[in-house]
Amino acid sequence: MSSDVAIVLFGNPATDRAASGLVGAGQQLAQQLGGSLHAIAVDAQTYQPESALTSIETICREMAPRAILLSNDTYSQEITPRLAHRLGGSAAGDAVAITPELRVTRQVYGGKAQAVIQLKRTPAVVWLRSRTFAPSILPLPAPRGEGARSEGEGPRIVERSSEAQGQARLEDARVIVAGGRGIGGPEGFASELQPLALLLGAQLAASRAACDAGWVPPALQVGQTGKKVAPDLYLAIGITGASQHMAGVSEAKQIAAINIDRDAPIFKHCRFGIVEDYRKVVPLLREKLSAMQR
Amino acid sequence: MNILVCMKQILDPEIPARDFRIDAARKEAERGSADLVANIFCENALETALQFRERSGGGRITVLSYGAASAEDMLRKALAMKADAAALVLNESDAQADPLAVAQILAAAARKLGDFDLILTGRESGDWGAGQTGGLLAEELQRPCVSFVDTVDVTGDKLRLRRQTDSGYEIVEAKPPIVLTITNAEHNVPRIPKVRDVMTAHRQPLTTFTLADLGVTVDPHAYYDVVELAVPRTETQCELVPGDTLDQKVDALARRLVEVTSAL
Ligand SMILES: Cc1cc2nc3c(=O)[nH]c(=O)nc-3n(C[C@H](O)[C@H](O)[C@H](O)COP(=O)(O)OP(=O)(O)OC[C@H]3O[C@@H](n4cnc5c(N)ncnc54)[C@H](O)[C@@H]3O)c2cc1C
Ligand SMILES: Nc1ncnc2c1ncn2[C@@H]1O[C@H](COP(=O)(O)O)[C@@H](O)[C@H]1O
Repeated sequence: MSSDVAIVLFGNPATDRAASGLVGAGQQLAQQLGGSLHAIAVDAQTYQPESALTSIETICREMAPRAILLSNDTYSQEITPRLAHRLGGSAAGDAVAITPELRVTRQVYGGKAQAVIQLKRTPAVVWLRSRTFAPSILPLPAPRGEGARSEGEGPRIVERSSEAQGQARLEDARVIVAGGRGIGGPEGFASELQPLALLLGAQLAASRAACDAGWVPPALQVGQTGKKVAPDLYLAIGITGASQHMAGVSEAKQIAAINIDRDAPIFKHCRFGIVEDYRKVVPLLREKLSAMQR
Repeated sequence: MNILVCMKQILDPEIPARDFRIDAARKEAERGSADLVANIFCENALETALQFRERSGGGRITVLSYGAASAEDMLRKALAMKADAAALVLNESDAQADPLAVAQILAAAARKLGDFDLILTGRESGDWGAGQTGGLLAEELQRPCVSFVDTVDVTGDKLRLRRQTDSGYEIVEAKPPIVLTITNAEHNVPRIPKVRDVMTAHRQPLTTFTLADLGVTVDPHAYYDVVELAVPRTETQCELVPGDTLDQKVDALARRLVEVTSAL
């Protein structure tokens, strides 16, 4: 086993914040371990679970890195434990830090606690929470490509829809307007929150409760099991502020809230807020914002 | 189709943060007054299996858990939701096993229970949130695996899966046997069992195994070990926007928002 580090890239570090954060994390760990950094590039457009896994496994067997780092996208999360199993290593996900001793820091208990986990076997295969690692692009060694393989009998992705097409990634948004169960239905999102988001140059997001109710698509969910966002401003409307939701906004610079309940936990996380019914606040707020912009 | 749904019982993950304490020596959450509940994604998995059985007009669903004797409650509720059979692998120590150990135990139990076409797990558990057991179980059983699935259908001899991705959905065609990890969606919110079915479920048989029955010995920390556990204190002082009337308050809010966003 070498002291090298491999990163598995599904995106382009020059244009993608998560990928450049991965490069930064990989460089740092490789330097601490005194090894070199390798990159494995996988084409997300043609990704198939079984063949991608087998290709990455083959490359990693040759490289024999001590650690393999991945990002927090769907495919990385899908591959991580299986790759560790095949290579006889140990995996961990959602890491906010990793040390040369292969100790990983991550949130547990729905964001209520933080644990340090000692990985016992090598290679360590770890996917990182985006945004928590300093981005870097250069100098990145030329990535090894993931060669095409036939799927055989394995599962095949036959359709890739993207509801959020054309929209910038929520992870990269600088302002986010998010709604929860308190919005009461899809109309509230469409007729109140969406126009407010437009006025603030914001992207729309939601809590799990709002997604589960079918008011907005699941791709808008922020939290432990949704997107991890890092805007300058996160305006939470009708959201309680459950720890699992807040786990997705820990990197936000400022949080503001509109909530009818003064005792909602969200007020323990935000910089400023208003205790009122959003149905009274938002229409008036939109009026005032439009007037101020004129 | 023969379906296995793996379910984990956990400390109620929705207890308020102010009631959450950790046992520093054991490096675990304190039980306190919190309830033990089924991990929500496991219930989403069961609901997905139930709907699949209804739509495809047949199939048998077995629910399986590795855990303390208390996990029986969760399994009986699953029976009340109309799973066909339930099995519990008793954890006789009180230590948390790492995901590889759990996957090895579940794999041994799955082999013992029968030949499964479909094995469903949750995407992750609400306590430790490892998000690994499904993938590791697939490797243990040498089956393919698709993650973040929210719908399972059949077309011809193939399964047609819908899974969630960062930007939307993917449709995946697959052949059983396969392991799927299930995520939440609008349509797999777990059903509430009927009172009558809850009563009946109490009299239904439940298979219990010990690790010795399964013939497995696992090292519960060969894969990883928790070395530190702490509760970070991150409360901020919230300033409520000033004003006597709604209009004044919203005015202050508007100014504050413009101040923050125009600085960008
Ligand atoms: C394993 C696990 C993972 C999870 N992952 C996530 C995740 O990724 N993201 C996530 O969001 N959740 C997640 N959850 C769920 C989380 O625990 C909460 O249940 C959820 O975030 C609650 O959503 P909510 O705040 O919208 O709804 P509620 O808790 O119902 O809160 C609604 C809020 O709206 C307010 N309100 C009501 N009416 C009005 C009004 N007219 N005007 C203003 N305010 C009003 C209420 O005061 C209340 O605070 C997870 C849970 C588990 C167990
Ligand atoms: N002790 C257990 N018994 C049964 N299933 C489990 C157990 N632990 C984990 N699982 C399954 O694996 C999924 C993911 O768990 P985890 O890898 O712990 O995040 C859960 O939703 C369950 O379906």
